Amino acid sequence: MKVLITAEGKDLDANVDPRFGRAAFFLVVDTDKGEVVEAVDNGAGRGAAQGAGVQAAQTAARLGVSALISGHCGPNAFSAMQAANIKIYTGATGTVRHALEQFHKGELTPADDADVRGHW
Amino acid sequence: MSRIAVASGKGGTGKTTIAVNLARVMPGPVTVMDCDVEEPNVHLFLSPRDLQTEPVGIPVPKINTDLCTVCGECARFCEYNALGDMQTKIVVFNELCHGCGGCTRVCPEGAITEVDRVIGEVSRGKATDNITVITGRMNVGEALSPPVIRAAKAQAVEGTVIVDAPPGTACPFAAAVRGADLVVLVTEPTPFGVHDLGLAAETLAAMNLPFGVVINRSGEGDDTVEEVCHRHGAPLLARIPEDRAIAEAYSRGELLVDALPQYRDAFINLEQRIAEILNASGEES
Ligand code: SF4
Ligand code: SF4
Repeated sequence: MKVLITAEGKDLDANVDPRFGRAAFFLVVDTDKGEVVEAVDNGAGRGAAQGAGVQAAQTAARLGVSALISGHCGPNAFSAMQAANIKIYTGATGTVRHALEQFHKGELTPADDADVRGHW
Repeated sequence: MSRIAVASGKGGTGKTTIAVNLARVMPGPVTVMDCDVEEPNVHLFLSPRDLQTEPVGIPVPKINTDLCTVCGECARFCEYNALGDMQTKIVVFNELCHGCGGCTRVCPEGAITEVDRVIGEVSRGKATDNITVITGRMNVGEALSPPVIRAAKAQAVEGTVIVDAPPGTACPFAAAVRGADLVVLVTEPTPFGVHDLGLAAETLAAMNLPFGVVINRSGEGDDTVEEVCHRHGAPLLARIPEDRAIAEAYSRGELLVDALPQYRDAFINLEQRIAEILNASGEES
């Protein structure tokens, strides 16, 4: 399946960016092959005065991913992602590769609520 | 009738003290407009009675999903990210919406209608025969104060208007001082105070608004305030000294000019300085 992982860089060795809306990059990762399919620069989200989480959720929906793996997720992004049926896994740490391992081992549990307040 | 705005580059400079005491010594009718809508406190000093209150709302979009084709036009248009295009549906985030009405106009399907969302209220009442108080108040948790400020300013007024503007130099400040014949900037003579005074002065200069300065808790550092006045050709209107009795009267919600009559003259002088400046500019134009 295709997931979106927030990252500080463009490849598997980059660190997970703990923020969703204001993450540096969005990596679309094929979890079966363990490969980065696409890296999207999130300059727009980092610069957004407000609603970065909504913008990020739109990008996730446009990229057609079925899940998000990140550090945290704010309330607006959370409800937008729910509307698009995209699962949210928070608590990912270390590199993108490590986050993928966490995901495969079932160490990341799907969030059922926003875990940070707005303006992340 | 003239419109005076009392403002300051930062909070806690005694802006409200100046506004309410100035109102108290005005010879004719005066309307005090509390536009510090996050924390209005003019009413604590002037105690208006028989309040009439109206809600303030902004128009937020409501999407008719039967008509919406999820073309995404509205979400692309909204610069506040209040609309999320989630591919299969549009999600509206009311608290991010600024009520600009743009999405309704750009929707090619006519799928958007506007509904009012209440974000605050405006109340009015009489404090004395001479003094009317208008209070704008934003609901707790809301972030968008300019519509509430504009609603307060749209109220009918009697006599001279004194606007108590929100601190800072951002949009709420600009919305409150816009249209003033004279802005009274209140500052303390501290390095932070003078820095923020400078920012406020520049904002007002860019808005082409004339202003004068009142130093509160005057004393050491006054010269740095005078320098800012010089730079902008703005008059120094008054100095209110540092005095424990003033702080005590304030904390009891008392008017300085009533509790401490020795300061009455200072406010009468301030009122006269302002009247002179307004008369002079009135003759010019
Ligand atoms: S512009 Fe109109 S039709 Fe297009 S997505 Fe928005 S509401 Fe739907
Ligand atoms: S009214 Fe303006 S701010 Fe509100 S959702 Fe529509 S475009 Fe965005």
